[in-house]
Amino acid sequence: MNLARIRWHIVVFLAPAVIVYSAVMIFPLFNTLRLALYTRIDQERVFVGLDNFRTLFFDPIWAEQFWNALGNNFWFFVIHMLVQNPIGVALAALLSHPRLRFAALYRSAIFIPTILSFVIVGFAWKLILSPIWGIAPGMLDWIGLKSLYAPWLGKEEYALTTLALVSVWQFVGIPMMLIYAALLTIPEEILEAGEVDGVTGWAAFWKIKLPLILPSIGIISILTFVGNFNAFDLIYAAQGALAGPDFSTDILGTFMYRTFFGFQLQLGDPHMGSAIAGAMFAIILIGVCIYLFGIQTRMRRYQL
Amino acid sequence: MTRNTLTLALATTALVAAGAQAQDATLTIESWRNDDLKLWQDQIIPAFEAEHPGIKVKFTPSAPAEYNAVLNSKLDAGSAGDLITCRPFDASLALYDAGHLTDLSDLDAMSNFSDVAKSAWQTDDGSATFCVPMASVIHGFIYNKEAFEELGLDVPETEDEFFAVLDAIKEDGTYIPMAMGTNDQWEAATMGYNNIGPNYWKGEEGRRALIAGDQKLTDPQWVAPYATLARWGEYLGDGYEAQTYPDSQNIFTLGRAAIYPAGSWEISGFNTQADFEMGAFKPPVQNAGDTCYISDHTDIGIGMNAATDNPEAARTFLAWVASPEFAGIFGNALPGFFPLSNAPVEMSDPLAKEFVGWRDECESTIRSTYQILSRGTPNLENDTWGASVAAIKGASTPEELGQQLQDGLASWYEPQQ
Repeated sequence: MNLARIRWHIVVFLAPAVIVYSAVMIFPLFNTLRLALYTRIDQERVFVGLDNFRTLFFDPIWAEQFWNALGNNFWFFVIHMLVQNPIGVALAALLSHPRLRFAALYRSAIFIPTILSFVIVGFAWKLILSPIWGIAPGMLDWIGLKSLYAPWLGKEEYALTTLALVSVWQFVGIPMMLIYAALLTIPEEILEAGEVDGVTGWAAFWKIKLPLILPSIGIISILTFVGNFNAFDLIYAAQGALAGPDFSTDILGTFMYRTFFGFQLQLGDPHMGSAIAGAMFAIILIGVCIYLFGIQTRMRRYQL
Repeated sequence: MTRNTLTLALATTALVAAGAQAQDATLTIESWRNDDLKLWQDQIIPAFEAEHPGIKVKFTPSAPAEYNAVLNSKLDAGSAGDLITCRPFDASLALYDAGHLTDLSDLDAMSNFSDVAKSAWQTDDGSATFCVPMASVIHGFIYNKEAFEELGLDVPETEDEFFAVLDAIKEDGTYIPMAMGTNDQWEAATMGYNNIGPNYWKGEEGRRALIAGDQKLTDPQWVAPYATLARWGEYLGDGYEAQTYPDSQNIFTLGRAAIYPAGSWEISGFNTQADFEMGAFKPPVQNAGDTCYISDHTDIGIGMNAATDNPEAARTFLAWVASPEFAGIFGNALPGFFPLSNAPVEMSDPLAKEFVGWRDECESTIRSTYQILSRGTPNLENDTWGASVAAIKGASTPEELGQQLQDGLASWYEPQQ
């Protein structure tokens, strides 16, 4: 008898969050995926199954743009993993050093760019690097390295890396903060015990601290992955929807925007746009799954 | 006492409400011309409101690059303004086909425009016109007269003279020969390829042949402009690869560059920014005495949102836009946007006069990629941006670019297959 009773209070308390989340997240997500299965022929919306995806992956013109954007996106991610996260860890290690003075000041200063708008960051860096008004050529000139200057944002071979580094500059505060918090939770006793056994300095970092913060590094990697594959704002603010020069900074986000909303004379195509959004969703889902099932479950955790 | 006051208050409210309903209609205009906000507010709208009391007009522009996307979402959501500034050709045609724009063929004042002027806002068979043509823009080159005098240079007529002038400026070194960047890409196509191109493909003749499928983008007259653009690279300033459109405008108006590949829409902005005298010359021809062709591009029209709450007021406004009176105000308030109305308009701005004077000497055409040819994917106009940049940077040969564009066009456009 008692088993069948519905516990209404649970439903009531869950309802607001479930309803709001469904309305603004779940429904749009599935509706976008549904939209990807249609196309518009003469003002009529027609169901075409997976045709849009076939166009996206196999039509030479679409496929070239898609793989270009995906490749650029991977490079964007690789730069973040190779530059942003190691620097974040290093900064956190320095900041957690007990004898460092003004630690709070450095911490805030490094974290501030994270709270700036993409538009401000994109615009400010565009000005800094500008060959005409920028301070970058002048500063290189002072130290006698003017010859190293190039209009980086305008060159196919440098533009994407430059923007990735700008993004690293903006977001390096996040891994730093997370790692810093993880480092603070390591009890003194463990480090002291290590010292008694002769593990100090660099060895203490590699042998004691790093294994203990590894789960945090994992979380940061997956956050970086999701953030990078959803990126759009910085590229759009700095290079516009055509992600120039010659699509060298085109990532999935800008490709999706251009297709979905249209650009200049190109009319928007919500159905192909949704197909790209669906592909982005799948890529991120696969990446997160690989991490969750392939890496996180095998990671060793230590009881502190 | 209290009750009386209340009744009075209620009666007054009712009266005011009724009064408001009887006349005031507020019309909102969607536009991408945020540069013109002041002119609309100070000159055009007051002139209209003075004649039509009871109709209020609001001009609410958005950024040019976002306009189409913003407008489409607003129209789909039902929150767009009553009047819609129309991009030429397919962008507006799609809005009409989707039922967002009203057919205005029955508007009496439409007879004030030539067929060419209306062609940018008509269905392919010409049966319905859905926007009132407002203005066209003309391409050419604006130059710094003082710099030319200082260096003793004459305005070039032919291509050889053009490059001789550029060489002379470069040799002197005081000025950057030409202010243009490739960062934003569209300048290279709009102020580069479609500026000098009509002289090669003979304006309308080539443009129509391309649409009909009689010429191909691999033909010499379509490839040669890329070869000429390739020579531009060395005359653009240092780091032109990362130079944006506003950068180029500023470089020229600060007097640091001698020549600016332009569209006439720059005139009003340049007049306020530059403190030196400016002149204009038309795209140089290959040999002295050749017929010249200019890009006189139908650029702006204005139409009515089919979902407007004030169709009568909107029609009144559109009829006024089509009148010679508006043409006079608009043409002089916005030098560089040339009214398309048949009524002759006297320009007061010397630079605008120079531009519009070319209409008498040269054959007019519109940008080659705008009508019909940018309907499919890949989009020919957007591809032309990339190709023009690649030509200037020397990243590809003109022949490769022509082939690439032709392949893209042929992939969806039947007459070219």
